[in-house]
Amino acid sequence: MAKVFERTKGLTDKPFHYCPGCTHGIIHRLVAEVLEELDVLGKAIGVAPVGCSVFAYDYFNCDMHEAAHGRAPAVATGIKRVHPDSVVFTYQGDGDLASIGTAEIIHAAHRGEKITTIFVNNAIYGMTGGQMAPTTLVGQKATTAPYGRDEKHAGRPLKVAEMLATIHGAKFVERVSVHNPANIRKAKKAIKKAFEVQLAGEGFGIVEVLSTCPTNWGLTPVEALKWLEENMIPYYPLGNFRTPEEVK
Amino acid sequence: MAKILMKGNEAIGAAAIKAGCKYFFGYPITPQNELPEYMSRELPKVGGVFLQAESEVAAINMVYGAAGAGARVMTSSSSPGIALKQEGISYIAGAELPCVIVNIVRGGPGLGGIQPAQSDYYQSTRGGGNGDYRTVVYAPATLQETVDLVMEAFDVADQYRIPVMVVGDGMIGQMMEPVEFKEPKKRNLPPKDWATTGTKGQRKPNIINSLFIDPKELEDHVLRLEEKYKVIKQNEVRYETYNLEDADVVVVAYGTTSRVVKNAIAKCEAEGLRVGLIRPITLWPFPDEAFEKISDKTKGILTVEMSTGQMIDDVKIAINGRKPVYFYGRTGGMVPEPDAIVAEIKKIAGGEK
Amino acid sequence: MEERVIMAGFGGQGVMSMGQLLTYAGMIEGKNVSWLPSYGPEMRGGTANCNVIVSDKPVGSPIVTEATAAIVMNRPSLDKFESFVVKDGNLLINSSLIDKKAERDDINAYYIPANEIAVELGNGKVANMVMLGAYLELTKAVKVESVLEALKKVFGKTKAHLIPLNEKALERGAELIRK
Repeated sequence: MAKVFERTKGLTDKPFHYCPGCTHGIIHRLVAEVLEELDVLGKAIGVAPVGCSVFAYDYFNCDMHEAAHGRAPAVATGIKRVHPDSVVFTYQGDGDLASIGTAEIIHAAHRGEKITTIFVNNAIYGMTGGQMAPTTLVGQKATTAPYGRDEKHAGRPLKVAEMLATIHGAKFVERVSVHNPANIRKAKKAIKKAFEVQLAGEGFGIVEVLSTCPTNWGLTPVEALKWLEENMIPYYPLGNFRTPEEVK
Repeated sequence: MAKILMKGNEAIGAAAIKAGCKYFFGYPITPQNELPEYMSRELPKVGGVFLQAESEVAAINMVYGAAGAGARVMTSSSSPGIALKQEGISYIAGAELPCVIVNIVRGGPGLGGIQPAQSDYYQSTRGGGNGDYRTVVYAPATLQETVDLVMEAFDVADQYRIPVMVVGDGMIGQMMEPVEFKEPKKRNLPPKDWATTGTKGQRKPNIINSLFIDPKELEDHVLRLEEKYKVIKQNEVRYETYNLEDADVVVVAYGTTSRVVKNAIAKCEAEGLRVGLIRPITLWPFPDEAFEKISDKTKGILTVEMSTGQMIDDVKIAINGRKPVYFYGRTGGMVPEPDAIVAEIKKIAGGEK
Repeated sequence: MEERVIMAGFGGQGVMSMGQLLTYAGMIEGKNVSWLPSYGPEMRGGTANCNVIVSDKPVGSPIVTEATAAIVMNRPSLDKFESFVVKDGNLLINSSLIDKKAERDDINAYYIPANEIAVELGNGKVANMVMLGAYLELTKAVKVESVLEALKKVFGKTKAHLIPLNEKALERGAELIRK
């Protein structure tokens, strides 16, 4: 009988600690599969963030480095400059990347740092307990926005992909979602391209992945996927913002 | 090898490159700018990388990444910039990585000034960032000693997997003195088999990490660090002493201040006073043992610093109540003058204090 | 022997390089030396000064508070540093730009029209060398040959043609003292 599914070598045997219905697990798997398919696990060095995916260093089956909150792109820069032939990626959430780490991500892109960033946007601080993120939607409730995000008070949510696409060194920028199988397939394609951009030495690549947080959104996993589709995608349109000719 | 006349900041860079440092991540701040400028000019010539980061915070986290990747790496800054780097220094200490951090100290608090100061003693010797950790701290007094210690700092960092700080001030950074680059004593350095180099499919993944969510695991980790610090205390203490045997007064001073103190001591001797000196070269580990050599006839200890009195805490711990400890200092970028120190010494010698 | 010298003037008068040359020459002769500049915002167009120590013993503090000599190239430098000179010490005043006399009578003051001599030699920039020549003649802190050797190293090949001019400037400064 033909094998139609098997574990990816890109992940360790360690069971994920993520909440039921959280899409981090899917995104981890996509990254791991891409690393395996590109045959770069042996030269991959990942940088884990602070946030829900802080333990990513236990899950990816390659060398890993745990960074301080928001600093993953700086740590990745240090690694990539020492080992220019390695494949370096950061895996960061929206609090990590879009709040405390804005300087680091913008300047990694600005330098055209040859690294790949997987940016998981679930519109909330997950690990610390559902506080408002820069990506929290207007009107969305959070533990530090109990009346819903007020645009006059907290501004409108930050569109990271659009912002980074204005930077010359950011050679690959795409926003994807993982709320259904079709989109998961597209997400994997984008992640693969982002790594190919790095392998081609083109510059910085980022994939923003819209993700769910049933626990802190106060929804069931199925409701959460629907909420993502109906609320996040209209504000955070999916699509490619930049691709270099070589990878198109 | 012939001596070369070099500016302090550049001599530090030259010493680092001679010690095999290939990577430098920094951010401009006075009075240390000649050091990153030197590295930006010289590192590419030896196949290394200089990178000007977007901030001190980013720079130290680049050091964190490069150190984890197994490189000999350095950063430098001055006081407010070093304050920003404390986040990364704490992570580097926690993840047990080697690196060298140079602080060309300026006056504070806040933006402070740019003239010589020693007001970062606490910041340097008490860890500086969060958590139970130490960094080895060298405080050279001359440019020759500066290059010797910078070269040794990389070995010490590698041997113990620990961040090492070299603390100077604007005088060290800006002055010129002849220097000679000498190989430090040979150490047996362990292989960096823990580094993130890519598994090449030949070993289990290496993980650089300072997170231990289980309190027992974290306690074990911290206690292991403490054991390491004990070994460093045994092996790496450095200090200079002068005339402790029959001194009426013993002065304690480090870095450039110790040079002013030496002038003051010479003046006292010309007047027949017997004055000793303890000059810590490592601020951490602090040379407690030097204080055991102080003679019974010594009337008191005078600590001289370019601060309002920070090292004096360690002097009091080391002397443990056996002798009275007095303080004289200037701060904010003012440098103590020999005559003022002489006056303080005389007060102690004459029983006025 | 220990010479502790303060050299001061406007930025651009070459006080820093004058100090470095003396330091370099001292090192060539195997003496203990240090050179300490003022640094910071005042360097950008304002007054500049450096402290040089040339000694048979190891150098203690690189800061000169009791100067065996001061070389002042402009009026603010005279006002600031006259009091730093020790009794019987030397104060060399650039009389081309300073019309004031030394106030103290317990030091040896010398008035050297350094800019005028430099212009006579065809290059106003060597006023510092005239002052240095006078200083060396007075103190014999280092040999003139050592300064010339230091100049060769500092100038390299591209500026080697300037050495005879500098040598002349040093000599004219020395002559003024010999008179």
